[in-house]
Amino acid sequence: MYGYFFRRLLGTIPVMLVVAVFIFLMLRLTPSDPAAVIAGDNATTEQVAQIRSQLGLDRPMIEQFVIWSGRVLTGNFGESFFFKKTVASLIAERIEPTLSLALFTILIAVFVAVPLGVLAAHRHGSWIDRIVMGFSVLGFSVPVFVIGYLLIYLFAVYLNWLPVQGYQRISEGVGGWVQRLILPSVTLSVIYIALIARMTRTSVLEVLSEDYIRTARAKGQSERKVLFRHALRNAAVPIVTVIGLGVALLIGGVVVTESVFTIPGLGRLTVDAVLARDYPTIQAVILLFSFVYVMINLSVDMIYTVLDPRIRY
Amino acid sequence: MNAFRKTILAATCVGSLMTVAVPALAQTTLRAVMHSDLKILDPIWTTAYIVRNHGYMIYDTLLAQDEKGEIKPQMVEKYEAAADGKSYTFTLRDGLLWHDGKPVTSEDCIASIKRWAVKDSLGQKMMTFVDSIDAVDAKTFTIKLKEPTGLVLLGLSKPSSNVPFMMPKRVAETDANKQIEDFTGSGPFVFVKDEWKPGDKTVYIKFDKYKPRAEPASGLAGGKVVKVDRVEWRAISDAQQAVNALQKGEIDYIEQPSHDLLGTLKKDASIAIVQVPQIKAQYVFRPNHLHKPFDNPKIRQALWYAFNQEDFLMATIGDENYIKACKALFVCDTQFGTTNGTDAILNSNAKKSQELLKEAGYDGTPVLLMHSTDLKALTNLAPVAKSLMEKGGFKVDMQSMDWQTLVARRAKKDPPSAGGWNAFLTAWVVADVMNPVSAAYVNSGCDKASFGWPCDPEMEKLRDDFARTTDLAKQKQIAEAVQKRNIEITAMIPVGEYVQPIAIRKNVKGLLMAPVPVHWNIEVTK
Repeated sequence: MYGYFFRRLLGTIPVMLVVAVFIFLMLRLTPSDPAAVIAGDNATTEQVAQIRSQLGLDRPMIEQFVIWSGRVLTGNFGESFFFKKTVASLIAERIEPTLSLALFTILIAVFVAVPLGVLAAHRHGSWIDRIVMGFSVLGFSVPVFVIGYLLIYLFAVYLNWLPVQGYQRISEGVGGWVQRLILPSVTLSVIYIALIARMTRTSVLEVLSEDYIRTARAKGQSERKVLFRHALRNAAVPIVTVIGLGVALLIGGVVVTESVFTIPGLGRLTVDAVLARDYPTIQAVILLFSFVYVMINLSVDMIYTVLDPRIRY
Repeated sequence: MNAFRKTILAATCVGSLMTVAVPALAQTTLRAVMHSDLKILDPIWTTAYIVRNHGYMIYDTLLAQDEKGEIKPQMVEKYEAAADGKSYTFTLRDGLLWHDGKPVTSEDCIASIKRWAVKDSLGQKMMTFVDSIDAVDAKTFTIKLKEPTGLVLLGLSKPSSNVPFMMPKRVAETDANKQIEDFTGSGPFVFVKDEWKPGDKTVYIKFDKYKPRAEPASGLAGGKVVKVDRVEWRAISDAQQAVNALQKGEIDYIEQPSHDLLGTLKKDASIAIVQVPQIKAQYVFRPNHLHKPFDNPKIRQALWYAFNQEDFLMATIGDENYIKACKALFVCDTQFGTTNGTDAILNSNAKKSQELLKEAGYDGTPVLLMHSTDLKALTNLAPVAKSLMEKGGFKVDMQSMDWQTLVARRAKKDPPSAGGWNAFLTAWVVADVMNPVSAAYVNSGCDKASFGWPCDPEMEKLRDDFARTTDLAKQKQIAEAVQKRNIEITAMIPVGEYVQPIAIRKNVKGLLMAPVPVHWNIEVTK
């Protein structure tokens, strides 16, 4: 298994290389000019050209790529065109809010969705099942920002229970940190609750018709034990796959959610960088997201072996 | 809905929520949402308005314009023009200090003026008249001129980008094409760099040693008395969320609330919508003079007859309380704004437009009109222009793109078929377009002109004449002549003006009627 792990790890290198080339080319081939954005509306053509030259954007594309990739190989992602800060320090500043949001979202999604899915499977065809499935369809169908605005209106504006926007670092107080994460996490978790509950229901339903479940019941096991110890554990592989997929999809979700809730995380940084055509930041963030995506997939594959001893690489 | 039902509803949705109250911030903090996040910190290096606003927080200016647009001393105690108009002597006020505690000197100001003049178009023009700038002593310096010009006072009191902010000599000696890295100013607020988190917030604190002028604040002039301890610019990019935060009291001030959300804000008794007459903008249509069909002046003439301003304004702002159809090139209700000679134009006389096109031999070459889709205040301009132009006999190829793509593309001189363009629309804040020298789109200096590159020696002569004269009445005459010439050559077409109100909570008092949103004189009460 260790051999497989290291092979997979080595396999990330060509993937990251392809991502690097792709994102570099995409940015250069789109009709945009960071120098014009930086210079502002009143700038003359000469001023824009001066800034372009300072940023090195007037050099041949190959030369730009060689310089950038050389730096990346040494761990230097360069300096943001706009912020006068290194991209690494920008990412370091933004990682806590995004990790916090992702963690809260996944916790809420798993702790709500898995029991809901198991319950729906257990009460297959009942009104509980229909409600859970109805919620799943709704959760899939309603865009994240719509859910966000509705929750903000209800809990922040109307009931005045929670803040409308913003983020408080954990070092500034756990209470405020939690309070400001509730609405964005609930917003973002809705789609994952829908996804995971549906998959849990399907997997558990399949397992519930197996002989060993009937045996467990015949042995007099309580229904809770049957469901959570025997059925859920055996249904876990596809559920873990969906959770892993959900964590990866979170990357897209945080971009919208952080923008709506004004959370200064990596998603917001990505949006700001794209709007401003901040090439070094966009390149670094996309590389980071790609690496995280690959690592999540690898982790999910590793978790399979723990959940199902029959799986060996 | 009663309290019990509210509780049940909420609990059903998210379970047990924490209901800890948000800690109240100090009452002397002004929490503002500006039109953009602050990313760059050098107001000379870029013309971006948010950086200009940042400049007004931490730097001061030698001269400033009051709410009537009159030039007043600011950092200077007095200034004197020589009888022959060929030199100005400036004397700094006593007690001016940089944020590091050192005194402001003439040498600092000279270095600052020189750096500003490298980047700013008005400064560049001013320097063509300047023979030398010399320090007389630590508080006095002289600008000697080759010939008299009104540009010295106009330039040093310039209200908008690039503003001639004063910086310490060591900072001002930074190459104008490189960004400064030391943010020591002498303005009423101190920039707190450690708390600056792009994408989150920018923080300023009151500069305790700032010495305001004795006169009451007026426009950008007068005493800059700071009445809050701290100002935080919060980066809320979502317009609806900014409004929610204002309503809930999480912020105190929105610089540019979206016009379509003003209705919601007006219904809230705790919110005030403040119209600052000086904070308005002018929509403009900019043709590219380099390529067919707008390389033909007569074809450009037809545009004046195809367009009307009301359609543009209603399609974009849509509220008659905030718009003004005004054909003055230098904006209505300003020193140089006049509507003389504009009766026959901008009335959507499609027949006249078609006749002019026929006379000009227009061959149906499509006009490549760039349409920016992501800035709400601009989105509907191009579709209106397309419709009016088509009625006036033009063929239009409207291409949609985001604003940043448009910004990059408009810098290209290539023909439309090779990635260039024929026309686009944008908006200028009034502070930038109030006279023939600072209005960038009036510049008709061919390659030296802004995107669109009009080329007209007569217009340039008029602008030079304006720069040379120091007499206001004469300047007004020249400004009117510039407007007339603009109608003849169509460097740009003004297609309407709109006011951008500021939204504040009612406990925020003391907003100044200035062309730039500034935060001195503002107090936040309980």
